[in-house]
Amino acid sequence: MQVGRGNSTTAVTLARRRLWRIGNWGDALSRIAFAGLGLSLLAVALLILYELVLESRHAISAFGWGFLTGTRWDPVDRVFGAAPAIYGTLASSFIALILAVPVSLGAAIFLSEMAPPWLRSPLSFLVEMLAALPSVVLGLWGIYVLIPWVRDPVEMWLGGHLSFIPLFDGPPFGVGMLAAGLVLAIMVLPIITAIARDVMQAVPTSQREAMVALGATRWEVIIGAVLPYCRSGLMGAVILGLGRALGETMAVTMVIGKGYNITASLFQPASTAASTLASEFNEATYNLYISALVELALILMGITLLVNILARLLVWRVARSPGVIAE
Amino acid sequence: MSGFAYRRRKIASIVVLGLCASSAFAAVGVLALILGFVLVNGISSLNLDFFTHMPTPLGEPGGGVANSIVGSLLIVGIAALLGIPAGVGAGVFLSEYASPRLGNVIRFTADVLTGVPSIVVGVFVYSMIVLKMGHFSALAAGIALAIIMLPIMARSSEEMLKLVPRSHREAALALGITRWRTILSVIIPAARRGLVTGGLLAVARAGGETAPLMFTALGNRFMSLSVTGGPIDALPMRIWRYGIGPYPEWHQQAWAASFVLVMMVFTISLTARLVLTRR
Repeated sequence: MQVGRGNSTTAVTLARRRLWRIGNWGDALSRIAFAGLGLSLLAVALLILYELVLESRHAISAFGWGFLTGTRWDPVDRVFGAAPAIYGTLASSFIALILAVPVSLGAAIFLSEMAPPWLRSPLSFLVEMLAALPSVVLGLWGIYVLIPWVRDPVEMWLGGHLSFIPLFDGPPFGVGMLAAGLVLAIMVLPIITAIARDVMQAVPTSQREAMVALGATRWEVIIGAVLPYCRSGLMGAVILGLGRALGETMAVTMVIGKGYNITASLFQPASTAASTLASEFNEATYNLYISALVELALILMGITLLVNILARLLVWRVARSPGVIAE
Repeated sequence: MSGFAYRRRKIASIVVLGLCASSAFAAVGVLALILGFVLVNGISSLNLDFFTHMPTPLGEPGGGVANSIVGSLLIVGIAALLGIPAGVGAGVFLSEYASPRLGNVIRFTADVLTGVPSIVVGVFVYSMIVLKMGHFSALAAGIALAIIMLPIMARSSEEMLKLVPRSHREAALALGITRWRTILSVIIPAARRGLVTGGLLAVARAGGETAPLMFTALGNRFMSLSVTGGPIDALPMRIWRYGIGPYPEWHQQAWAASFVLVMMVFTISLTARLVLTRR
């Protein structure tokens, strides 16, 4: 600071005081600004909830709780029931988990416990790339590669040999619940794998060493020490995958085939809350229809909120910060 | 006999671990299968016209998706402009200012917000902005994507800012630098590599999103450079439109567009990774 020698003390003091004051203003302002940005997350979350409730009020007052259990979705007759969409959402996600969880856990075990270091990071990277694949691209692949395959060997075979099970009864359409479950399984696989790997790596080495010292084989170390130690984190990883599957839109919409019946058969076209929104929201022509769709969005948000809150609580207990990329 | 039992345990271990290894490779195999189809089908219908021309009317051969590429860049640009600074700011608040309790509440909200289905965000922005503006626009679509980027960005930048050693902050404060100057001139520059990585990953995530654009950008067949002017197209929307359409030419274009989109997303993700690891 260049200040004349003569009246230095007062000038310096004044300058300091001014700087101090500006600095304080800056501090106060920046604190408010950053706090505002931090709180904007809360605001956005609450605003989404508020807006969805507001816009679905017509449907809520018209159908009440019956909206949740109504099985007819008929825009022509102005009757809306969300049960088929809710069932489709839950069923397709459930199929996805059944298919994806064993593979994900296996892959996570390989990445965390077995793979040599030179293999670990490229494999992890590829798994993350699978997670980064845009859902619409997966849907396109689903339409032109997966569906013909699901129709011909898979559903033909299952229908031919196992049709006494209601799940596998019915004509092989290709599009339908099974295809949706498969596509969703591909989408949640990398997510569950990445988080489960992080969670397993958070297990202290001493746990493994103790098992090895007892004479355990490598698998016994994993099943006896690693997996029990991070059980709740693995549960969280699976539920986070479920959360993703429930809300997944594009790929599912492209392969599920838009059916509004609740049937046991996996071969039948179905619809999820998200797929109904994607295919009908822009075509909804009257207020009650739009309102019913928004209520469907509200239900979907409610389900994913519950699932995510549960998952976060479980994952947070084990690993403080779940992988950012995997989300 | 104990030798036999040991051998059995050993074999069981090898079998199960073999299954684990094969599931890891199965996951990679699925990726290879999808990328393979996108690559083969995409490249065969890719040419210069694809990038420079507009969609042709039905029945006319050729044409491209120039408007969708431009639209995507515009929408994602708006989203990045809104979402990244806000997300970094929220991250700064979380790492530098927030009390533990408030911090946890916000962190939790961010994580929950990350889990909100993107189509729900689309519905929200539709009723919040599109209805109030009276028409679809790039701005609405950008805001929808920014809402998706915000929590991702907030969490990743918080993690990166926390990696800056405490001594940096103490040194700056000891020199008499105010707190906000410390944040802007010391902490953020020290964490810039991580912040850039987080931003790139958020952009990659947003760039591939389709669902939030359907009710906000709507999409059309014309070139649009207007931020607030009306419907605008985007690459993922074009893939969807062409993919579910009945015409083989459309399917070819959809594969080509998928190839371009996948390349963009992967390049950005790869760059993000290199930025973080480069010394």
